[in-house]
Amino acid sequence: MPTFVYMTRCDGCGECVDICPSDIMHIDKTLRRAYNIEPSMCWECYSCVKACPHHAIDVRGYADFAPLGHSVRVIRDEEKGTIAWRIKFRNGKKDMELLAPITTKPWGSATPDLAKVPAPSKEMRDSQLLFNEPKYIRMDDGGLHTLKSNGLEIKEGVQY
Amino acid sequence: MLLTNHFAELSAVISPSIMQGYIILMVLLVMGGTILDMIHKKSAKYFFENAKKAQKSATRSVGGGEKVAIATAVLVNEVLTSGEFSNPRRRLSHLLTMWGTIIFIVTTVIMIFAYPTTATPTPAIVPQLWHIGALMLAVGGYWFWFAIRVDVSAEGLSWFRFERADLFILSLLATSTFALIWSYMGGGVNVYFVLFILSSTVLFGGVYFSKFAHMFFKPAAAFQKRVTVADGSREGLPPDYDLTDPEVQRKFPDIPTYMGKNPPNMGLCIKAERAKHY
Repeated sequence: MPTFVYMTRCDGCGECVDICPSDIMHIDKTLRRAYNIEPSMCWECYSCVKACPHHAIDVRGYADFAPLGHSVRVIRDEEKGTIAWRIKFRNGKKDMELLAPITTKPWGSATPDLAKVPAPSKEMRDSQLLFNEPKYIRMDDGGLHTLKSNGLEIKEGVQY
Repeated sequence: MLLTNHFAELSAVISPSIMQGYIILMVLLVMGGTILDMIHKKSAKYFFENAKKAQKSATRSVGGGEKVAIATAVLVNEVLTSGEFSNPRRRLSHLLTMWGTIIFIVTTVIMIFAYPTTATPTPAIVPQLWHIGALMLAVGGYWFWFAIRVDVSAEGLSWFRFERADLFILSLLATSTFALIWSYMGGGVNVYFVLFILSSTVLFGGVYFSKFAHMFFKPAAAFQKRVTVADGSREGLPPDYDLTDPEVQRKFPDIPTYMGKNPPNMGLCIKAERAKHY
């Protein structure tokens, strides 16, 4: 579901232009407001949604997602580490909310400091294993982690 | 130079009533341009329709006292201190330009109407403020034009690429620049005075084509935005969830399952560092 801009909410700050990995968020030459120049090329990463300080960028839901005339509004809150959705149908009665985590650790805390890691030995270079294997695939603490080993289970049906 | 009321000196050549008439004409042009702009863009109609739509999805009603508190917050945060800008550079530049423009225009009006000739000596503070206002406007405006403007900072375009949207800032800059040069050259009728009058006529006469009118409808939009937060309609946005609230955790079990019952602050992420491409 590609993004679009509410021009009345946008103040033309350019944050979305800076962040868009697909380089499709640009500034309208007459109105100096942002717009998605090519929605079919949108990766739907919602970086622009997260970067917009005015919540001026929204999502255009596909027709198989919700009947036309709906509103899909989203807040990606980086400090809370969650993404919150609100989907309202055009009849105004169906109003759904969804909240899901987008990170479980503080941003950047799981990034290895490679400058402090000692250079690999000859034995490590000749090995079939990649950097930090098997530690990073967690085979050294009781095999692969699965839903079952973590006490989780898939629930049937669509979860709202 | 800084202590002289150049308009009073100018009264020897141009009658004060002509100068006062010019000011009144500019006020009328601004009013006319703003009304035409509202009719053309249908901004007032859109604004009230949008407010009515938001009221329909409100979860609570906002009382008169609360509306006064919201209006005060808008006045302090959005109107007086440009709080709607999240980028501190844009905010500072806007503050300099806005307050520079206000000081410059108000002192011009005071000098032309209250001290029109050299017979009524002007207090030194008025021309000083006139120069300070013009300087603030020039500093904030040129900073915006060369470094902060979205075309330059985000789009990576050259600063000398003009669009119709630039009419407002360019006429503002020309007005302050030619006013300062005119004052530096000692006032009187010269080429800089003609350019000063020409650029200010474009500034006030071009309201319909420029974004001058934003100063009238932006406060109304900021007020409406705060009302939507207070009445719970939130412009259709999801609620501001408290992740530690047991009710939220019951409704969205993924939160306690993957983030724990008391999730930490995850940090600024993309807001920790500004993008710098160009």
